Parts: sequence; structure tokens; C-alpha cells
Amino acid sequence: MGLDNTIERHTIAVLVDNEAGVLARVIGLFSGRGYNIESLTVAETDPDAAISRITIVTTGTPMIIEQIKAQLDRLVPVHRVVDLTIEGASVERELALVKVAGKGNKRVEALRIADIFRARAIDSTNESFVFEISGSTEKLDAFIDLMEPLGLVDVSRTGVVAIARGKSAL
Amino acid sequence: MMSDQKMNGSEIIIKALINEGVDTVFGYPGGAVLPIYDAIFQQNQLRHVLVRQEGGAVHMAEGYARSTGNVGVVLVTSGPGATNAVTGLTDALMDSIPIVCLTGQVPTHLIGNDAFQEADTTGITRPCTKHNYLVKDMADLPRVMHEAFYVARSGRPGPVVIDLPKDILMGEGTYEDFSSVEHRTYQPRFKAAKTEIDRAVSMIAASKKPVFYCGGGVINAGPKASKSLRRLVKLTGAPITQTLMGLGAYPGSDRQFLGMLGMHGTYEANLAMHDADLIVAVGARFDDRITGRLADFAPNSQKIHIDIDPSSINKNVAVDLPIVGDVGAVLDQMLRAWKAKNLKTNQKALKAWWAEINEWRKKDCLKYKQAGDIIKPQFAIERLYEHTKDLDCYITTEVGQHQMWAAQFYKFEEPNRWMTSGGLGTMGYGLPAAIGVQVAHPNSLVVDISGEASFLMNMQEMSTAVQYRAPVKVFVTNNQYMGMVRQWQELLHGGRYAESYTDALPDLVKLAEACHWVGLRATKPDEVDDVIKEMIAVDKPVIADVWVDQTENCFPMIPSGAAHNEMLLGPEDEAEKPISEEGMVLV
Repeated sequence: MGLDNTIERHTIAVLVDNEAGVLARVIGLFSGRGYNIESLTVAETDPDAAISRITIVTTGTPMIIEQIKAQLDRLVPVHRVVDLTIEGASVERELALVKVAGKGNKRVEALRIADIFRARAIDSTNESFVFEISGSTEKLDAFIDLMEPLGLVDVSRTGVVAIARGKSAL
Repeated sequence: MMSDQKMNGSEIIIKALINEGVDTVFGYPGGAVLPIYDAIFQQNQLRHVLVRQEGGAVHMAEGYARSTGNVGVVLVTSGPGATNAVTGLTDALMDSIPIVCLTGQVPTHLIGNDAFQEADTTGITRPCTKHNYLVKDMADLPRVMHEAFYVARSGRPGPVVIDLPKDILMGEGTYEDFSSVEHRTYQPRFKAAKTEIDRAVSMIAASKKPVFYCGGGVINAGPKASKSLRRLVKLTGAPITQTLMGLGAYPGSDRQFLGMLGMHGTYEANLAMHDADLIVAVGARFDDRITGRLADFAPNSQKIHIDIDPSSINKNVAVDLPIVGDVGAVLDQMLRAWKAKNLKTNQKALKAWWAEINEWRKKDCLKYKQAGDIIKPQFAIERLYEHTKDLDCYITTEVGQHQMWAAQFYKFEEPNRWMTSGGLGTMGYGLPAAIGVQVAHPNSLVVDISGEASFLMNMQEMSTAVQYRAPVKVFVTNNQYMGMVRQWQELLHGGRYAESYTDALPDLVKLAEACHWVGLRATKPDEVDDVIKEMIAVDKPVIADVWVDQTENCFPMIPSGAAHNEMLLGPEDEAEKPISEEGMVLV
């Protein structure tokens, strides 16, 4: 394991107490120890128990990934750390809002591609659209790339959320 | 139990401290914590030790904690009080010392307004504590107080900060004892699985060249863990080496002990690690001072790693058998399994292994020559050891050459007798730590083995020692240099001694007298014994100013970026084994 220097991408779900400073602890751990964050999402998922779920996409060697999980797990307000990439099958989704401005043919083309990607126009003016699109990170990347020459002006992305397949809970 | 009696926040804090068994608090008052000081004033159960700078308070609490096994408690004010404590907190985090540090804070309605003596204490201390709290609701106070002690001492111990706004300290609330309430998330694993234990003992039994490598985790697991370690090492007949933080877990004078390992460890300890076929790491964390060049660290060994902190395992070195659990509990499990299976180590192989080790021992790698009129620092520390080894004695150190010589030449027979700043390497640790130890053990001898540069970093605490009649002894190996800096400049920077010479030193004897201490001085080898004897005999704090060889270097040494079998044994070796470019960038 020590010699395996391949960089892997892992999606890690972390259940934490929803208390002041908990996100700073998680982020500070990554910056302080030099780990990567590709994306991070957080929201309260169990209001009664005041528990939030953080989904982190990170990259590193197998040894670093193991460290990240161990370091997260020893934070006091952390309930559970689950590596969705290795613990069975999971599904990942990301949502993006994509603003495209333009006229004429480019506008028509943008709508056509949006249709292919099953993106929805949630705002439109004579000169612009805002599309809502969800799917894998790769799908969103591809859509945004295609919008680039058609008048892409603004993108807002949520980062990845993920959940295990099947009936069991985290 | 819930009491209906209304109290103010400060009284709740005092009550919680007393219920946690706290008898001493090290602190310094200021505006934001005045209500707590008022509550301290009006009771008799808690003793407060007034330090001279907040950094000293944390080191005192560390000395107190490390020598007693209890949580050390610190009380400082907001803003500069809290920021001064940061070095000590980081020190305690690196060395896994249980500390609860109460910091004052501006009232909740002023937080974020850049109020007078406001600092974002929880923000600043988040990366240098095990956990921290900001109490913004009176109702949380009793729970947070007890939870902080639980977190500080459980699992891998560490410092915990509780930031306390002044309105919380003065507000009214009720106290409830949460000391036995189970924590809802933080539950470190204590015992190992049977399969892990079975595998561990059979790996030991099957090994031909085993070595135990033990660290501060054994000390933190309590004196019983040290006893179990001794039994297991004796049963297996294997050699054992210890880290700087582990000294005392196994008796320093025992034949199976190879001395400390690592950068300034012994030849036999480091070569045993390098050639071992099985390393049993117990409560140690494979840090860079220990491993040297990672690629060549113990290349032919299997490794068992016992540690209560899962994040210590497979961090620097990949191991074959990780065991997460309390060192003491796991060692007991191993002892039971070893006996139940009636296991024995391979006696023939072990004999050959010891023969190899004994050859290395013949190098006598710590040898030095005390000749002429100049005192060798090793000689001074060796004499100190001879005069104090049969006494009830605790040793603290500062950081640098003297620290390494102390680790090499002072043989610790019992745990909790050795207090040093290992992970962070904090100069100025030793004097306040010694005072903390002395406060906990008023009738014992407490010696801070020191260098003059480190001593100057926290010498304001001399005044604290006088106030609390703590007759600590500061044994200064005075070479007028930051010796370890000087040594590195000699080895790595062509002898250009940039800023490592301490010009304009105070006369330490007169300094001692000015501070109501006793000052003694030795400038020649034949004065050393008398100075040590008098230092011990005097019932007051003492500075023993021992003028030592200014150019002495600390050997053996594994230069940064080198492997265990590339160590420098003495000055003759320096020229033959120049330090690599890669090594120079390491610290």
C-alpha cells in the first residue's frame, strides 16, 4: 500500500452534529494537512437530531485517502465517515444552473442541446436562458463545454451529492 | 444530578472543576475572566497558581498532567491571554497531553465587533486543540465543562479549549453533573479484536529479529500499561527501543533496552530497527525524527502497530497489522494470548539476533572524552544522573542539544518521570513544566535540564516558583550558543554561525539572586559534583550554571534525509558522510 502512488478520486459522506464551527473543522483539516477538496456540499438532513450530511469529493493516494477518513473520523462532532467509492455501489448527482446569452441561431442551438441533455430552462429573456441541469459531474462538464461557444456567461454548481444504492441507510 | 439552586456561570465552572477532581488551576487574570477569579477567591477547594505569562501556564499544566496522569487545567483571559496560550496548546496537541484551557471572551453581544481584547479564540485554536467550544448559551455550560474533560483525557489525549463569554460567566443558571454521561459521537475503541491479538502474538513468536518500538502512548495509557509492556518484553526476550516521549515506559537500565532510537538515538537501537524482521510499534507514531529516510526505513520488516488513534496508523509508514486500541488493554490481551497459547520466541534465532546487537553495542556510540579543563555537557548530565538516580526525582528539559543528551544519558526507570517537548520542540518548555511538576509533587526533586538560550525564553516564571515555594532546579548546560542550531550550521551551512551565538547573556548567578533563587556555577570539571550536591541540598529554587564546551556536537546523528544505517557516530564521520541536497531541505 505504501508504494501505491496512483491518485484516486473518492466520494466520502460524513454525518456530523449540526453545530457552530463543524464545517470549519472539516475544511481546516483538509487545508491544514494539504488534502484536496474537489467538491464539498453540506446541509442538515435530520433536523430532529440536528445532524448534517457533508459530501466530499477528494483525490489522493490510497494511503492519503485512508488518512483523510481516519482524520475526519476523530473529529469530535463526527458521527460517521463512509467512503461511498469503495463501500458498495452508489449514485452521485450534481446540479448546475447555467446561464447562456445570445441571439439567433446560437440561441436555438443552445435550446436544442439543452433538450438532448434534459436540461430545463428555468428563466428566459429575449437574450438569455438559465438552464437547470443535473447528473454526473462529467455530464455537467460536457454540457457546459458545449454551451461555451453558444454564449455561456455564468455557471453555478452545487458540487456532488451521493448516496448508496439499495435499502440500507448510512 | 440536577440541582435547582441558581448559581452564576463562574460558580458552575468551579463546581464542575471540583467534580472532575481538579485541585490546581494555572492561570492569569484579566478583564474577561474576572468573574471566575471572583468565584475562585470565595472558595477553598481549588488552588490557583498565578503564572507570569500565559504561555507558562499551559506548560505548567502540561508538566502537572504528564507527571500525575491527570488533566491539567489552565485559565486565561480573552484576546492576548488566549493567543499567548497557543504555543502551549500546540505543544500539548503534538505530545498528546490532556489539558482543559478556559479562555475568557468578550460578552456574546460584542463577539465579532472587534471589541477590546477580543480574538477569535475558537478560530485560532481550532487546529491546535483536540476540540474546542464557545459557550453561547448558559444551558450548555455544565455539559460542555464535563464533556471537555472527557474529550481531553479519552482516546489519544489532547488539549481542549472552552471559550467563555463574560455574560455567561456572570449569568444565572443551574448546575448539573454530566461527568458520567456518555458522549454521543466520541467513543474511541479501547480493546482489540481477538483475531488481531492472535495474529500479533503469532507474528512475534515466529519472528527471528523482533524489536519493540515504544512511544509516549504507553505513558499516556497509565503506569499499568508500562508494567504490562515490561512483562511482555521479558516474556519474549526481544530487544526494546523507545522514542523521546516513551522514555521511562521500560526501565532505562535494563539489558533488553537498547536506548532511544531516531535522529539522536543509539547505534544499536537504530541498526536493530533497520535490520529487524518484525517491529512491534506500541503507542508510537513513526514520525520523521524516528524513521529517517522513509524509503529505507526498516526495509525487511513486518510491522505491528498498536495505537489508540487510527489516524496514527499508516500515516507515514504502511504496517502489516494495525491494532486500534488502548495500549494497556491491548498489551494485556497479548499477554493473556501469549500465555494461553504457551508461545515461545525462536530461541536460537533470538540468540543470534542478540549477538548481532551486542556487536553494535561494542561501538559504545555515546562515548565522549572528558579531559582537560573544559566541562563536556555529556559529563555534566551524566554526573547529574549519578547524583539523582536514587532520589525521588522528576526531569524536565528545554529543547536542543541538552535535551538529546538528557535523553541519551539519563536512564529513566519509571513512567511519568520525564517531561519534554517532543513533537513541537518548544524552547522555554522546561522551566514552567518543572514548576507544574513541583506543584503536583511538592516533596520530590524536580530538575529542568536546560540550555541558556531556552531558559531565557520563559525565565519570567522564576517568580512563580518563588511565590509558590516550588524549589525547582534549573541545570543549565551553558555553551552561549543555541547549540543545536550551531551544530546544524556546522554540518549543513559551512560553519557560518548566523545568529546562533547568544551575546550579552545575563550573569545567571546574579540573575538567580535577584529573583530570590540560589545561583551556583561550575566552570571546571572538578566543580560539577559539588554544584550538583549543593543544588540538591538547597531547599530553594536553584540555577546551576554549568559552563560547558561551546563546540560539542550531539552524536550519534542520523542527518535529515538519511537512513538508519547511515548515521554519523562522531566528528570523524562528518567529513566522510556529507549531507545530501535532499537532506538539507528537511528540518
